[in-house]
Formats: sequence, C-alpha cells, structure tokens
Amino acid sequence: MSASQSVKKIIEINPYMLGTMAGGAADCQFWHRNLGVKCRLHELANKRRISVTGASKLLANILYSYRGMGLSVGTMIAGWDEKGPGLYYVDSEGGRLKGTRFSVGSGSPYAYGVLDSGYRYDMSVEEAAELARRAIYHATFRDGASGGVASVYHVGPNGWTKLSGDDVGELHYKYYPVEAEVVEQEMAELPVT
Amino acid sequence: MESVFGLVGKDFAIVVADSSAVHSILLHKTNEDKIMLLDSHKLMGASGETGDRAQFTEYIQKNVALYQFRNGIPLTTAAAANFTRGELATALRKNPYMVNIILAGYDKETGPSLYFIDYIASLHKLDKAAFGYGSYFALSMMDRHYQRDMTVEEAVNLVDKVIMEIRSRLVVAPPNFVIKIVDKDGAREYAWRESIKDAPVIAS
Repeated sequence: MSASQSVKKIIEINPYMLGTMAGGAADCQFWHRNLGVKCRLHELANKRRISVTGASKLLANILYSYRGMGLSVGTMIAGWDEKGPGLYYVDSEGGRLKGTRFSVGSGSPYAYGVLDSGYRYDMSVEEAAELARRAIYHATFRDGASGGVASVYHVGPNGWTKLSGDDVGELHYKYYPVEAEVVEQEMAELPVT
Repeated sequence: MESVFGLVGKDFAIVVADSSAVHSILLHKTNEDKIMLLDSHKLMGASGETGDRAQFTEYIQKNVALYQFRNGIPLTTAAAANFTRGELATALRKNPYMVNIILAGYDKETGPSLYFIDYIASLHKLDKAAFGYGSYFALSMMDRHYQRDMTVEEAVNLVDKVIMEIRSRLVVAPPNFVIKIVDKDGAREYAWRESIKDAPVIAS
C-alpha cells in the first residue's frame, strides 16, 4: 500500500484499516474520517470490529447517495478482519470492487504496468513493499501530477505499520545511480608560445 | 461498454455477461460478477454505470426478499420484472438509474421466462435479448441460430459462438464472461469463459 506527495495520502481509519486518497483531498479526508467514526460506532454497538467488507460498503453507500453532486473520491480500503486481508476499491461514482491489487489516480495506468508484471499472491512482505515502492516511483516518473513521497504501509493481523516513506527523487538515484562520465577530451589551455 | 445477453430454452433460461470492471481506459478487474441471483429461481444480469448497477440490483434483490418474508411466497418472474420496471420508471424523471437489465426466471406454473428492461424503463417479455456493444453481434446471431425449446447443450453452444464473435470483432472486447442458468432446480452459475486469468488466489 503506497502513496505519493508530501500530503498525507494514506489515511488511518483505525489501527487495523487504512484508506488511500485520490481525487479531491478534502472529500477523501472528510469521508474517511467519517467512515472511521461509523466503524467505531459499529464496534460499540456490536462488540466486535467491523469487517473490511462492511466498512467499504458503508463508504460506498455514502458516496453513492451523493452521486452527481460533484464529490471526487477514488479510494482503496485495506484492512485485516476475521476472514484475513481485504482490499476494496471504492469511488465517488458509487463503484465498489473487491480485488487483490488496485491502482488509483492520474498515474494509475503507469503503476498498474509495474504492479502487474511483478505481482504474485504469495510474495513476501519485503518483495511486496519493494514492488509497491517501485510502482509508485515509475508512475511518478511518467505522470506530471504525481510526486513527493512514496509511503509504504503493511497491513497484518495485528493492524498496520508504516514500513517506509521515501522521497521519490532520492529513489530515482537509488534505482538509477549517476555513473561517472567517460571523459573523451578535455578542454585545455593552448600552450603559450 | 458492457455486454449482457440471454435466451430462453426448453425448461431453462440462460444469462451471460462480460466480467470486466472498467474505468475510462483502465480495466480494474476481469472477474466481476454482474449477474445477480435475485432469489432461488431468478437471475438478473445488469449492465451500466458501476455504482447504479450494483446498488440498483441489490435494492431489487432485497425488496424481492422482503416480499417473500412478508407474504410467505416468492414473487413470480413477471411480478419481479414489473416491480423493477416500476422502480426505474419512478426514478426516471428525477434521478435516473443508468442500468440495463435482463431478468430471467423459472416459475413452476409457467416455466422459464426472460424480460428485457432498459434504463428508460421499457419492459418486454422475450425469448432472447442483448445489451451493450456486444448486442450488435449477439442479436443477429441469436436471431439466426435460435430455436424454440433448445437443450442446454445447444444453448451453450450458441452462447459460445456469440462470445467468440464478440471477442474477435469488438474493438475493445471484454476478455472474460460469466454464464448463469436458471431452471426448475434453481438459479446457479453455469460456467466462466476466461481468456485472461487474474493472478490465482491461494486459499490462506
């Protein structure tokens, strides 16, 4: 799970669920916070945590009820519940998709290319984190509207942890270090005769 | 644009839909199930705007279930179809649902039936119907090869022919399709026709 820009694009809904931000920042922040409230109310009313399915449905239903009114939200809800890991894509048109990997935002086609070619369901955490970081880097490289910081979070049975937050500019030189140029000819002063 | 089509055979009805979830140029998912089981003996295949499709068909599904709870007997296919059309019609002049629906069902008394309901709330009881860009190929092929009282095998053969035609002739053809069937034993998934497989999910 990664995001870019120095704006916080990964919103912590609760200790075991994260939401990503794409589209309108205000809309995403507000409605994710609202979702956090609803999830907590669910916990209090039902004495158990809400599932990722349930949380994503709550958000999708809210966004659907505002359809046509200009909300701009493209988000992924990622979390861990009794059924294991869950990932849902939810957007302001009311769409909601369950899947194993998604990419959202203006740079998303670029990220999909890198993500799809390196993905396996049984990857290790380190491999997955590096794949996600790489996908963000390559999307940022090509997409003018992306940039800043690539944050990577891991969501496990005990909740989420932040794995890294690398400046994408620095990532560039890490992946493609500057090689010393071979100097063919150097300009030199003419000998004075 | 999403393709949904269906036909009625001898004692069964079949509904086929593509399974791609698309946003502008991106294919988010290739195994999205767009044919909902309305109840034990009804299938509702829907195509249209993503949010409207999922939300409207679920709304119909829950109302069909509510009727059964309240009255102890299930709705007939015709009643469900007319209810659906009514909901679309009521919303049409205010907040229209951009969903096209093929509703297929099996009733003990009347056998299999198929209803074509489009987004402007027209309703037709038909033997075969299709929506989406795929309909340009599906309708003529079904008109040509359809017979009354086809067997399941004959119907699936025709369905496969249509799917192959859509795959080969439609410029942005959906790679995968889902086929569902409804007969006296109920509504169920019959098969998937996949040309792109998503990365396999290993059960944890």
